[in-house]
Amino acid sequence: MDTTFIAYSALGIGLIGTLWRIGRWFRLPIGAECQPPTLTGLWSQTARAVGRAVFGPRVTRLAKALVWEVLLQGHVLRQDWRRGIMHLGLFYGFFFLVIFHALDEFTSARLWGDYAPTLNPWRLLRNLAAALILLGVAFAALRRRSDPLLRATRHMADQLALALLAIIVFSGILLESHQIVSPEMFRTMVAEYAFIEDDAEFEALQAYWQAEFGAATTAPPKTGADTLALGRDLHADFCAACHDGPQSALLSYPLSRLMKPLANALEKANFDTLLWHLHFLVSCLGLALLPFTKFFHLVATPLSLLVRAGGTAADADAGLRPVRRAMGLDACTHCGVCNQHCAVAVIYRAIPNPAILPSEKLGALMRWISGATGTQCVSLAEGSFICTACGRCTQWCPSGIDLQDLWRASQRELVQKGYPSAHGWIRSHRPAQWAARAATIPSASAKAAGAPATLDLSANPETFWSCVQCTTCTSVCPVVAVSDDPRRDLDLTPQQVMNMMRLQLRELALGARMVWDCATCYQCQEHCPQGVRVADILYELRNEAHQRLKPDYPLGAPDEIVSKA
Amino acid sequence: MKRLRYLYFPGCKMGPFLPDYDRATRAVTAALGVELVDCELNCCGYPVRDQDLAASVLAAARNLALAAREGLDLMTPCQCCYGQLRHADYWLRQREDLACYVNGVLKAEGLVWSAAVGIYHLLQVLAVEIGLEAIRPAIRQPLAGLDVAAHYGCHALRPGHVMQFDNPLAPTLFENLVAVTGASAVDWPLRLECCGYPLRGKNDRLARRLMQRKTEDARQAGAQVLATACTYCQMQFGAADDNPDAEPLDRSDLPAILYIQLLGRAMGLPATELGLGDGPLNPLV
Repeated sequence: MDTTFIAYSALGIGLIGTLWRIGRWFRLPIGAECQPPTLTGLWSQTARAVGRAVFGPRVTRLAKALVWEVLLQGHVLRQDWRRGIMHLGLFYGFFFLVIFHALDEFTSARLWGDYAPTLNPWRLLRNLAAALILLGVAFAALRRRSDPLLRATRHMADQLALALLAIIVFSGILLESHQIVSPEMFRTMVAEYAFIEDDAEFEALQAYWQAEFGAATTAPPKTGADTLALGRDLHADFCAACHDGPQSALLSYPLSRLMKPLANALEKANFDTLLWHLHFLVSCLGLALLPFTKFFHLVATPLSLLVRAGGTAADADAGLRPVRRAMGLDACTHCGVCNQHCAVAVIYRAIPNPAILPSEKLGALMRWISGATGTQCVSLAEGSFICTACGRCTQWCPSGIDLQDLWRASQRELVQKGYPSAHGWIRSHRPAQWAARAATIPSASAKAAGAPATLDLSANPETFWSCVQCTTCTSVCPVVAVSDDPRRDLDLTPQQVMNMMRLQLRELALGARMVWDCATCYQCQEHCPQGVRVADILYELRNEAHQRLKPDYPLGAPDEIVSKA
Repeated sequence: MKRLRYLYFPGCKMGPFLPDYDRATRAVTAALGVELVDCELNCCGYPVRDQDLAASVLAAARNLALAAREGLDLMTPCQCCYGQLRHADYWLRQREDLACYVNGVLKAEGLVWSAAVGIYHLLQVLAVEIGLEAIRPAIRQPLAGLDVAAHYGCHALRPGHVMQFDNPLAPTLFENLVAVTGASAVDWPLRLECCGYPLRGKNDRLARRLMQRKTEDARQAGAQVLATACTYCQMQFGAADDNPDAEPLDRSDLPAILYIQLLGRAMGLPATELGLGDGPLNPLV
């Protein structure tokens, strides 16, 4: 197929995909502030906000963010200079290769009249850029392996992106190495550009190239001072204008030394055509995939950083916050820095739900707004409600995403759409209904492997044998005290819960509102004349309900829940 | 006098929702010669205790292990964090299987839980470690004439044998600290009751009633201001709110202030350093 056609197709797919993905920010905004969202309204609000930012007093902050955060990536350097250098190398290495190598017809060749890719500094710069990218890719791959949390959250998408970069760069280097040694390439170039009169001159030029430029030959080369002198003259006449010594190719030249013994064999296998196609097609694939992979952060992250420079989400127009959140999802590079600073990341080791970790919660959120339902939402909800809102993920996010705002909005939506925290869903059934359910699910069945069971206070009859049902726990309970009718408001009193335990009717207490409305003030336990650990037992019952009870998701609206109960 | 140095544990909520507590704690402890060491710590585990005891103990233990690595005792101004850290420490001492599990997980990071790490609440550091007698000379502007309701906060106080904070049924530590500032601590029946915050967002009606019952009681006892020593209690009684989605609290006009701000004021520290800059309490104190 025509290569120009392929290149333009890839460009078309990339551009259309980019527009489609940007369009999603407006079609799938996150949060209740703009429901129902009108597309035109959002567009005009965005245009106004952008206008205010660019022509308003905050323009200096925008300019500073553009230079310091987008172009110099100073905030990443300051967080971790190794990761900063790695990313700068990747970014500028690739930037250089795309602009001055892939698009050289439109850039380098027009800007510099005597441009040739085989002249310096181009050859040197190209190899330098490739080296930077390969180092960056290697560092990124190692980084993902070295940290246990990053290892646990490694995705195919991360691997794919790195692999694609590595293949593009490595195939390019291999192609150049092959061209340095290729006898066929030499013959073609001579036929096209050199006015050679006879075989002797051809052999002289070839001998010179072999001696000076490391080219390979099909036949054993001629030697001798005269031949080389003639070769040098011919080179000066026909080749030098476009060819510097390939020794400046930091990567390709050493590689070409390795390939030299195989040069003829590789030529027979059409290695250069193969490599060229691989290099070209994978590059086109990268371009076409840009909007559909994490490479899209090239578009979304700079925007996110600039938006952050304009102020936090709280400062933004309420109507635009949902769009900003959707953009935030796309700005994530899945770098995992949030997880490394997350205050509840440690809990992931005991409750192995990836949605506890900010980066994975973001992914789950992305799937949720794209229409995922069922268990995915349940784990998203569990992860969301474990967040303590400490704000460290937002402080550290190198992409400038206001994660805190995203979590708050998604928590609110989860509740609205019927995925509340346990304190919300426990009210969807009466204690007796929960008891019936619990009877079908054995205790401690859902516990993570290796984790200890609970303290087993409630399962152990000794915990209660001294309880004399004196009702002290109930009379000191502040929750009972503010209720006019504890039976109506709380189902059971603390003393009645203890009685259920004594009778080994644990399941009957799991859904009791007394258990869930416990303020954890420990008055009951402190005052118990018999030393029963009343508050600890209520904690344990909530633990057990978390493990054993599962509501029918999604829950109905709050009124429906009440009527059902 | 021995040099007091602690690993500082502000807890998750303070930075984003009550930064004044952080500012005031740093200012006052620094003025009293206490050194606070910063380190990136994790959640104390309290928020997941409802869900999974082992997870909450693991989270607490990691903080204690980090303190052990630094060779420091730990000090927190938040009573819920204090309570959770103490609880975890207690159960880790009681149950070998729990300690074994926790250390098994922490090993991957080269950490190990240590029973040797001391756990202190800010009020204990002030009243016991520094000592009232050492604070007294630092009082420059006694708050004479101010009637303060000292709100103890449940999680630091009970269960008494786990917390080792003060006598859980008849504590005096907070009132003594109020007296040091020159203010007088009022005697109010509900001083040891719950602020209601733990039910915030879970049962807002109950959370509100628990709070109103207390503020009403404090006012009837003649208090002009209610003093807290916990991030959550202060969020409940004060103006800060970490949960705008919950029903509004409809607070009474009894102002709440962090004890550390009262002390800082009595020590003559500038209002801005205490986070009292343009707060409504400034003229009162």
